[in-house]
Amino acid sequence: MLSKYDVTIGLEVHVELATKSKIFCGCSTAFGAKPNTHTCPVCIGMPGSLPVLNKKVLEYAMAVGLATNCDITRFSKFDRKNYFYPDNPQNYQISQLYMPICRNGFVEINTCAGNKKIGIHEIHMEEDAGKLIHDEITGNSYVDYNRSGVPLIEIVTEPDMSSEVEVVTFLEKLRLIIQYLEASDCKLNEGSMRVDVNLSVKKRGETELGTRTEMKNLNSFKAITRAIENEALRQIKLLEKGEKIQLETRRWDDVKGESYSMRSKEDARDYRYFPEPDIMPIVISNEWINDIKYKQPELRDEKMQRYIREYSIPKYDADIITSIKHMTVIFEKAVELGGNPKKVSNYLMGETMRLLKERNMEAEDISFSPVNLVKLIKLVDEGVINGTTAKEVFEKIFNEDIEPIEYVEKNNLKMQSDESWLQTVIEQVIAANNQSVCDYKNGKERALGFLIGQIMKETKGKANPAVVKKLLLENL
Amino acid sequence: MKKRISNETIEYIGILSKLELDETEKEQAVSDIEMMLDFFDKMSELDTEDVAPMSHPMANNNVFREDVVTNGDMREDMLKNAPMVLDGMFGVPKTFG
Amino acid sequence: MDNILELSAVGLSERIKAGDIKVIDAVNAVIEHIENVDDTFNSFITIDKEYARIRAGEVQALIDAGKLDSKLAGVPFAVKDNICTKGIRTTCGSKILNNFVPTYSALAVTLLENAGAIIIGKANMDEFAMGSTSETSAYGAVKNPNNIKMVAGGSSGGSASAVAANECFFALGSDTGGSVRQPASHCGVVGMKPTYSTVSRYGLIAFASSLDQIGPLCKNVTDMAAVMEVISVYDEKDSTSVKRDSNYLKHLNKDIKGLKIGVPKEYFQKGLDGEVKACIQNAINKLEDMGAVVEEFELGLMEYTVPAYYTISSAEASSNLARYDGIKYGHRTDKYEDLHDLYKKTRSEGFGEEVKRRIMVGSFVLSEGYYDEYYIKALKIRTLIKERFDKAFEKYDVIIGPVTPTTAPSLDASLISPMKMYLSDIYTVPANLVGIPAMSVPCGQDSKGMPVGLQIMANNFREDKIFSIAFALEQSGGDGNA
Repeated sequence: MLSKYDVTIGLEVHVELATKSKIFCGCSTAFGAKPNTHTCPVCIGMPGSLPVLNKKVLEYAMAVGLATNCDITRFSKFDRKNYFYPDNPQNYQISQLYMPICRNGFVEINTCAGNKKIGIHEIHMEEDAGKLIHDEITGNSYVDYNRSGVPLIEIVTEPDMSSEVEVVTFLEKLRLIIQYLEASDCKLNEGSMRVDVNLSVKKRGETELGTRTEMKNLNSFKAITRAIENEALRQIKLLEKGEKIQLETRRWDDVKGESYSMRSKEDARDYRYFPEPDIMPIVISNEWINDIKYKQPELRDEKMQRYIREYSIPKYDADIITSIKHMTVIFEKAVELGGNPKKVSNYLMGETMRLLKERNMEAEDISFSPVNLVKLIKLVDEGVINGTTAKEVFEKIFNEDIEPIEYVEKNNLKMQSDESWLQTVIEQVIAANNQSVCDYKNGKERALGFLIGQIMKETKGKANPAVVKKLLLENL
Repeated sequence: MKKRISNETIEYIGILSKLELDETEKEQAVSDIEMMLDFFDKMSELDTEDVAPMSHPMANNNVFREDVVTNGDMREDMLKNAPMVLDGMFGVPKTFG
Repeated sequence: MDNILELSAVGLSERIKAGDIKVIDAVNAVIEHIENVDDTFNSFITIDKEYARIRAGEVQALIDAGKLDSKLAGVPFAVKDNICTKGIRTTCGSKILNNFVPTYSALAVTLLENAGAIIIGKANMDEFAMGSTSETSAYGAVKNPNNIKMVAGGSSGGSASAVAANECFFALGSDTGGSVRQPASHCGVVGMKPTYSTVSRYGLIAFASSLDQIGPLCKNVTDMAAVMEVISVYDEKDSTSVKRDSNYLKHLNKDIKGLKIGVPKEYFQKGLDGEVKACIQNAINKLEDMGAVVEEFELGLMEYTVPAYYTISSAEASSNLARYDGIKYGHRTDKYEDLHDLYKKTRSEGFGEEVKRRIMVGSFVLSEGYYDEYYIKALKIRTLIKERFDKAFEKYDVIIGPVTPTTAPSLDASLISPMKMYLSDIYTVPANLVGIPAMSVPCGQDSKGMPVGLQIMANNFREDKIFSIAFALEQSGGDGNA
């Protein structure tokens, strides 16, 4: 059944920009403040208040547009989108419809099917809405307008994707671009990146697209993947039954693993956009565009080349580290503090990645200080601790950001190279493992490893492995 | 006079503008809106094919503010006029999503 | 001290600064007068006596200390009730804001207070400034002080009647399609709509944002120049505000020799009352006598002006008035079933008939399928009208004509036929569509003693020319009656 249909997907990606103040007023954008403490007459829609555009919002939008190969609109305007909802204090949203700031770009993605350009139809600037909190006890909802007026860009793609794999690959690439531009942290779980999926299906071979639905409330890549699979199947089943697809907005319920329609007779889907009379048009010069390009932070490809060139780390390492923006911040800081680039890279690619995966964490959630990683590497280099201990200490750093020198001291983890003390331990181990000694003497090399293991165990991993081996061979 | 405001249209206008009209008011509204639209139809006599629309009387552009936080906590003032408040928030009937 | 009320604003302030009159005496005289007459005229929605008296003390102290010598120091004024005043209820003449107390003041109000002027109260108006008679107010109709059977005009009817009845020395109004000039004409005071972007709209409760402009109503042209100088200040909180020359007082001279005046033929065609026409003609003759060069010309497109204006203003209003929903401020209905029921009941109870009509029409002309046919069409006509004015100002320094086709109509006559009321805005709406400044100055009375105003329009930012003409006409004395 599935193979008879093509799936067509376009995305609307909302990204909260990393400005300090809101798009149209001087209120803070900081996340997590007490309700309504970051509000003023403008972002609460008081009668008589007026918006003034934050210049930084425009510059971030242009930077994202340039990095996604868009044309920058030289004469751009804001429009009003009219709809009633309590999170929208004016009951209109200031957005851009007719003359968005960026148009006609693309992002190239690479999947197992090869390279593909995903078209960017437009990028426009707009204001975010407040947050509704639902109270089961009183049966009411409550509005917090702290988020009202936080700047957003909405990136609208062409319907160029045909699978959840392409969607996730595209989003990961887009997210990385925006993170590298430092225009947003793009956290799906905190809502600083929000993805709406427009999806339709059609019989294979047909040229005209089917009726699409818009899916909202997708808070992780996993949810996006599941929702796409689910919605494609739902539409196909309907078509197979000879039913029609409704043009509608649906809400994804990730717990139940299904979506439901958000349609109501009070929603007209007729937003009556018209030019926003309270904001003047934006005129962009070539100089301004060049300036934005000039001030653009180092993007991934440049960074990767530089890592290989400056730090002499393998391309493989540079590729992995630069695949996560936050990882590059830790890497660069650690190297700046004197950490050997390759050794820092090893910790990031190896132990860090392993722990992230094991704990199901995002790289953005890494909270240890690079300085502690550098200290740890130094402890190993100076022979203060051995590799086994280092692994254990790193996990502590990853979890609790402990200071390694103090920690090693306190927990008595220093490597032991004292030969007389080790001689005693070795004699005990030999005495207790006659069979292994015998095996070794009969030519079984493996037995040596076993004996070293036993000695390390007796010394709680602190013994200097080189000294242990030397002494053991002498004893045998 | 062309009749263009049907019962459905007036319902629809009610939804768009969030106004509730009883039957008499609806009838009145239909006739008022028809009258105004007839009046507006005068505009269609003019050929405006190549004319650019003018949405604003002022031709200046690029009016910005810098990205600086200038406002402190004004919550008390912002809530002062609200009909229903709980825990520093504005109360509304239950919404979904 | 009976004569205090008869003084002009600048005149009063001079006497106060000279020590002849105490600020508190001026404030008390005004309050006492309001208490005597305002039950009749209904110029005010809210009067804040206590605040006015506190401010009188503060201002007097500053004057005595030599720290305040502005032309308006100590002068009581009224503020139209759609302009925010911190701590003083601001209703927009609507039930939906019957309990709204702003937490900030409009910049224009703050500037006047800083200049030592004293807010006496909030002036009555058509609900949300939608109307031409000040009868659509939820707080009762305003009556014309010249004849209480007549309307005061609108929408700034309360501001106009308060100035005309000496209930204050000047007032702030707002003009979206003639709302300052028309009531000024009907009440016999000076009213001005400045060039769009001259007075900050921050704190002016929006009706139609691309047309709205705060404007003063005054007893004479000198007062007008003095008030305009105080409030014409660039405001970074209003993106449409501009920095400009705002010296008006220096243009008050009588010499208008050689000034070129254009008179649009269409302003004198069908619909213009004969007595109004005679007053205007009389004023034109005077200006000619003083050496101005007067010429008739064809402005054109007159019949499209009012439809374009009502399309644009209703569209913007439908959006601007969406925020009144019973959640953040203002009226909220008692009983509701759910969110949308709350919206609909609150708004249906809170808004009056005229406001609802405009919101519905505005929503319609912006809705899918009609946007191009009505809204965009109106914007294109706006462009054409602008071209006509640009062309006229290549030739003329000012354009003059009537403000309204008739003198003030009687109460209850206009609301029966809204369309007739809309059409009476024909001479005033072009200035708003195009953005240009325009003033109404008294130029006579009809045979029933009702005032007639002359409208003077100039190109953007050329208020100086308007002030020259208006001052010359005023100084020529003796209103030419019909």
